[in-house]
Amino acid sequence: MRYSSLENQSESLYSKFLRLNISYILLIILLAIIGTLTLYSAANGSWEPWAVRHISRFVLALGLMLGLALIDARKYYKYAYAFYFITLVMLVLVEVSGHIGMGAQRWINLGFFKLQPSELMKIGMVLFMARYFSSMTIQGIRSIRGIIIPVVMALLPVGLIFLEPDLGTAIMLLLTAAIMLFTVGVQWWKFVLVGILAVVALPIGWNFLHEYQQNRVLTFLDPERDPLGAGYHIIQSKIAFGSGGLFGKGFLHGTQTHLNFLPEKHTDFIFTMFSEEFGMIGGLFLLFINLLVLLMGYFFAFRTRNYFAKLVIIGLNTNYFLYIFINIAMVMGLLPVVGVPLPLISYGGTVMFSIMASFGIILCMAVSNINADNFNED
Amino acid sequence: MSYRDEKIKILGPRILLIILLNILAFMLIVARLYYLQIFEADKYRTMSDENRISTRFLVPPRGTIYDRNGEIIAKNEQDFQALLIMEQTPDAQKTLDDFKRLIELSPQEEQRISADIKKHRRFIPIKLKSNLNWNEVSKIMLHAPDLPGIEINEGLSRKYPFAELYAHVLGYVGPVAEKDKKDSPIYMVPGFKIGKSGLEKSLDYKLQGQGGTVKLEVNAYGRVMKEIERNSGSIGDSIQITIDTRLQKAAYQAFGDNSGAAVVIDVHSGEILALVSTPSFDPNLFTNGISYRNWNDLLNNERTPLINKAVSGQYSPGSTFKIVVALAALEAGVIDAKTRYYCSGGMDIGGTRFHCWRHFGHGPQNVVEALKNSCDIFFYETALRVGIDKIHDMALRLGLGQQFDIGLDNQKSGLIPSQQWKKNAKDAAWTKGDSANAGIGQGYVLITPLHLATMLARVVNGGYAVEPTLIKKAANKTVKNKFLNISQRSLNLVKQGMYEVVNAVGGTAARAKFNINGMQMGGKTGTTQVRRISMKERKAGIIRDEQLPWKLRNHALFIGFTPIDEPRYAVAVVVEHGSSGSGVAAPIASKILQKALELDI
Repeated sequence: MRYSSLENQSESLYSKFLRLNISYILLIILLAIIGTLTLYSAANGSWEPWAVRHISRFVLALGLMLGLALIDARKYYKYAYAFYFITLVMLVLVEVSGHIGMGAQRWINLGFFKLQPSELMKIGMVLFMARYFSSMTIQGIRSIRGIIIPVVMALLPVGLIFLEPDLGTAIMLLLTAAIMLFTVGVQWWKFVLVGILAVVALPIGWNFLHEYQQNRVLTFLDPERDPLGAGYHIIQSKIAFGSGGLFGKGFLHGTQTHLNFLPEKHTDFIFTMFSEEFGMIGGLFLLFINLLVLLMGYFFAFRTRNYFAKLVIIGLNTNYFLYIFINIAMVMGLLPVVGVPLPLISYGGTVMFSIMASFGIILCMAVSNINADNFNED
Repeated sequence: MSYRDEKIKILGPRILLIILLNILAFMLIVARLYYLQIFEADKYRTMSDENRISTRFLVPPRGTIYDRNGEIIAKNEQDFQALLIMEQTPDAQKTLDDFKRLIELSPQEEQRISADIKKHRRFIPIKLKSNLNWNEVSKIMLHAPDLPGIEINEGLSRKYPFAELYAHVLGYVGPVAEKDKKDSPIYMVPGFKIGKSGLEKSLDYKLQGQGGTVKLEVNAYGRVMKEIERNSGSIGDSIQITIDTRLQKAAYQAFGDNSGAAVVIDVHSGEILALVSTPSFDPNLFTNGISYRNWNDLLNNERTPLINKAVSGQYSPGSTFKIVVALAALEAGVIDAKTRYYCSGGMDIGGTRFHCWRHFGHGPQNVVEALKNSCDIFFYETALRVGIDKIHDMALRLGLGQQFDIGLDNQKSGLIPSQQWKKNAKDAAWTKGDSANAGIGQGYVLITPLHLATMLARVVNGGYAVEPTLIKKAANKTVKNKFLNISQRSLNLVKQGMYEVVNAVGGTAARAKFNINGMQMGGKTGTTQVRRISMKERKAGIIRDEQLPWKLRNHALFIGFTPIDEPRYAVAVVVEHGSSGSGVAAPIASKILQKALELDI
């Protein structure tokens, strides 16, 4: 039968492990090593406080990735909605407790770990969309009624995260949803229409932005507006890039970073630091590795015949792409500084675990269902 | 199930589009990298260096000034200053307030500091207070952690060990004022001093030396990480002057409380051995900015301590000018040693009665007697016969009416009148009365003490045009002075007259005479009226000059030289409102010349 829906139940974890794409994993490890060394330099040539924690987190996250890669792929399909709704509830909880407590709050304290529901939602929404469209006809996809539910299910978390406020994550989530809608075949004109509506609504939406967010946008448009305040970061970042030149100032010799002219060098601005020390050559290399990771992801999406798997890979790959593009574009002054880190390179536990989780799911989707078109066939 | 085929089919091209989008986005990033790191790299490299490199200017030590014997008369002394570097403190006002709690600041200082803060860029150190004593320095050091941005700087400050003794010769240094600003960035360095008067001003450039720079790598908070490059510059040139401190001191002390000036010249070399102007002031007060009160005291003092009377005080020469008149007449052949004029105490000239200072007259006088007695009638007659223009020429030959290249820029030229001069300046014809007045050094004639000393040196050295000098020349550089072409006979007659002024019975300065191992003094007194005693004052009982208010009393002058046979030293003394040349000025000159002989400079 063409639409064999069952994978081989008897396949052992070990044999499945052997089928995982090893070059993909090696590229991820390479990125983490680059990140660790860059953090070593960021601390003026010291493993403390960032590099050593970064690498140990990565080792933990690598375990998480492999664990998620070895899970039975049908489980993702089965629990997609549940995962989405639990995450949505957590987002609401964060929002409510944020109002009760003081100021912005983005996480739930689990004692040993501060869980950010917004990061979980990046995966949750992809799973939701993939499952939803798996069971949808092409006619349904092309109708307005058919996309109301996914659009609402996308906008709900986007709105909640926007209110946290976490503009960067909200935008990433929104774009991921849009790309997924585009992938499954929603007509061009609907995007154009929404685009026009967005431009019209922009002045209204502006008023909903917090003052610091407004400032970030204004400062992005004109960094000189506030050369000692918010614009300082982007000016100093551009100086670091430019002074790095073609070959860079050398490992541990980036003056902009080591003399503290560059802020947030170990988190959002780590690509700046890397490019100052390794120049355009280094920057191109890092971009190339990331592009390879992305292209391999798209290759997995093409290779699998399973609709759900294809969509999950596209969604998670898009999420990864947005991390890289938004982070690099913002530190180079192409986008406003919205606080998006560079996965595997920037210091920070949340993004490390969330991105490694999504790599795990991609690996799982890439190998588990080569012969299955759809999970809900049985 | 075709709908599923269609659903799958639509994914392929759309995924390809997304891949294309990703690649385009990466190309955009690459283009941006190229733009920043290749195209604009130079611009950002410069900006990066501007970020991290802070250039500070090093003020070179100012050149030392020595007297003729190698004694240091201007030097640099270590001085501790507290500086504030704005970019190194999170809250400048708080730091400043904390500092004020430790070290007292005057309202003027606070004003200057807040002006400096506004004026300078954040990384330029602002001077808070200089001349800190050890106690204050240790207080600041102790509280250093609470005083971010405050640094103790070991600077050099100008010191004049002899204080008022050299105030007018050396002048003083002071902070750079707005009008002194030059392009050189060293002028912006806090604590940089420039010469404000005297030699410090005229030789400022030589004394300053070449400023150095040090390039420091600083971090974003302005903390110095390391030194990148240092160019030490070069220290200022040292200068030796011709004055002998011991003689200078003697001359200064000889004046006591009198206001005036004295210049001592080596008659052969023209070297100035002493140059004093009294009262004086302490130039050390100016080094770190003089206080308002001290400045006002100096400015409003009626005895004008800030003015160098030796070169900028212009006085009527009075009877000292009779030397010039006598030489002019002798050289013109109008008179000779035997020519006598009868002094009856007065004479009519151009319808006006001219008196001799001696009411009853001196009787018949020849030139030597007339000099000895300072007979006015003789010189009225002589001046009328020889004419003002010949007197003018002789005066110029003897160095009057000009400025000298001694390195002091506030010299006055004095005034030696001539017929032409009066026509130009007053649009009036020269009269006989003018000649008679000039004959006794009154009227239009004006000189400075430096002029008088130079004039006397030229007369007693045998008629050579010595130029006064203040800066010591290299030993191998001997200047050959031009002969003035005055006959030795004339010079000897004048010298004889001056000898008798001091040493003959009845000479006007007989009280000032001395004899040290046979070495004696010759000279000429002068007393010049500042204002006639009015009839009203005579009626009120004021008949003597000393009874007038100080400001209205006569100036007292004396020029003297020693030894008689082979003169070495010439001195000119002016005592402002000193009443009497013989009574006040001559004893001062006598003391100075005795000291010069004793020192055997």
